[in-house]
Amino acid sequence: MKNISINLQVNGKQVSSNIEPRTSLVDFLRDELRLTGTHVGCEHGICGACTVLLNGGPVRSCCMFAVQANGLEVTTVEGLAPERGQLSKIQDAFCEKHGLQCGFCTPGMLITCQALINKNPHPSEAEIRDAISGNLCRCTGYQQIVDAVVFATKETS
Amino acid sequence: MKAAPFDYHLAENLSHTKNLLKEYGDDVKLIAGGQSLVPMMAMRLAKPSHLIDIARIDELQLISSLEESIRIGAGVKQCVLENHPLTSQIPLLSAVVPWIGHHQTRNRGTIGGSLAHADPSAELPLIAVILQAKIHCENIDTQRINSAKDFFLGPMWTTLEAQECLTHIDWPIWHGTGIGYAFEETSIRQGDFAMASAATQLQVDASGKLMRIHCGVGGMGGTPYSFEDMTSPLIGQTLSKELIHGFSEQAIQQTEPATDLHANAAYRRNLAKTLLRRTIEQSLAMATSSFQHHLR
Repeated sequence: MKNISINLQVNGKQVSSNIEPRTSLVDFLRDELRLTGTHVGCEHGICGACTVLLNGGPVRSCCMFAVQANGLEVTTVEGLAPERGQLSKIQDAFCEKHGLQCGFCTPGMLITCQALINKNPHPSEAEIRDAISGNLCRCTGYQQIVDAVVFATKETS
Repeated sequence: MKAAPFDYHLAENLSHTKNLLKEYGDDVKLIAGGQSLVPMMAMRLAKPSHLIDIARIDELQLISSLEESIRIGAGVKQCVLENHPLTSQIPLLSAVVPWIGHHQTRNRGTIGGSLAHADPSAELPLIAVILQAKIHCENIDTQRINSAKDFFLGPMWTTLEAQECLTHIDWPIWHGTGIGYAFEETSIRQGDFAMASAATQLQVDASGKLMRIHCGVGGMGGTPYSFEDMTSPLIGQTLSKELIHGFSEQAIQQTEPATDLHANAAYRRNLAKTLLRRTIEQSLAMATSSFQHHLR
């Protein structure tokens, strides 16, 4: 089985690698690039923990092979904050509203919520719930997650 | 939960795809969005030795307007269908998109992929069957057109041959006033596989009499059901509550749903009957009100 050379942009940085075609994007991010912020949960597209942005849209990184991302742009949870040691607006809101308990689903939730806000800066509660419907939180802390998104997107007068 | 090893081939265009398919014969799979295939490979339910990536083929991404239909390339992503200006002429198709998986899967999953995968509970196969879409498939030598109803043979089973590629789908346009449509689905959680689903598209004349009705249910057997053969007694009638009830009851009797952990067959039938009745009622209300808007 022949390895494939890929070249993609991850969190604004160009990265190249020579990988086995069967390497999933999430394994590539975690094992090759050591970006362990993206969590790997169910590995078959149910839980949403591995959600990353691919050319700006949220996708499940367990449900695609890294070779399929060749030439594209990936943003992981490590790419959300403006600077190391800082928090993005949505990350800050998760802290403020206690939007996480065990934290396992959090990277996927943050990416999914960021994608929502990028498209719709002031989502309704129903739109927030629809957006996060593909992400499971086994602590069932959904209410605080919704509160966090509302907090991050409320109009400031 | 890791896929078995395979060789990866990036197809440059459709003829390259067909050549690769011929070269690798039976031990090959096409991948576009991979939202069903990659999980199956992770669980090793699928172990192809060769994967041909068709996601970057421009000719499979086209949406164009023909005289009587809208032609949609097999590689068009589900998220594109929701808001594309041309798919608004197939409103039931646009309406059903939010029910397919989740935002994350619709950003990768394609229309051709859903049809070729042929999950009996999936939304797009049901809509293709009831709207009588034409599915185009090609191998290196020939092209053929299948009506959606004939395309689906059983669960995850279609007329697609190992060396064929589904290329595009033609969706008939309904013209005129008095058209209504609706889709309903029940699942364990939002975006999950449907326990049962139903869809209707119908047209009435200005006096409210039914001119045509296409309706069916999904998740109730190996393939989507279309009840077209049973609708002739309804044509020319003003659909009363009793007529709709009676029709739904009778239609669901021919389905053969499975019993599983979540619902037994009797429950599924009852559910599908209710969903079918609702979609007919909603379609009728929409169709009738379109005349009121027209008059105003």
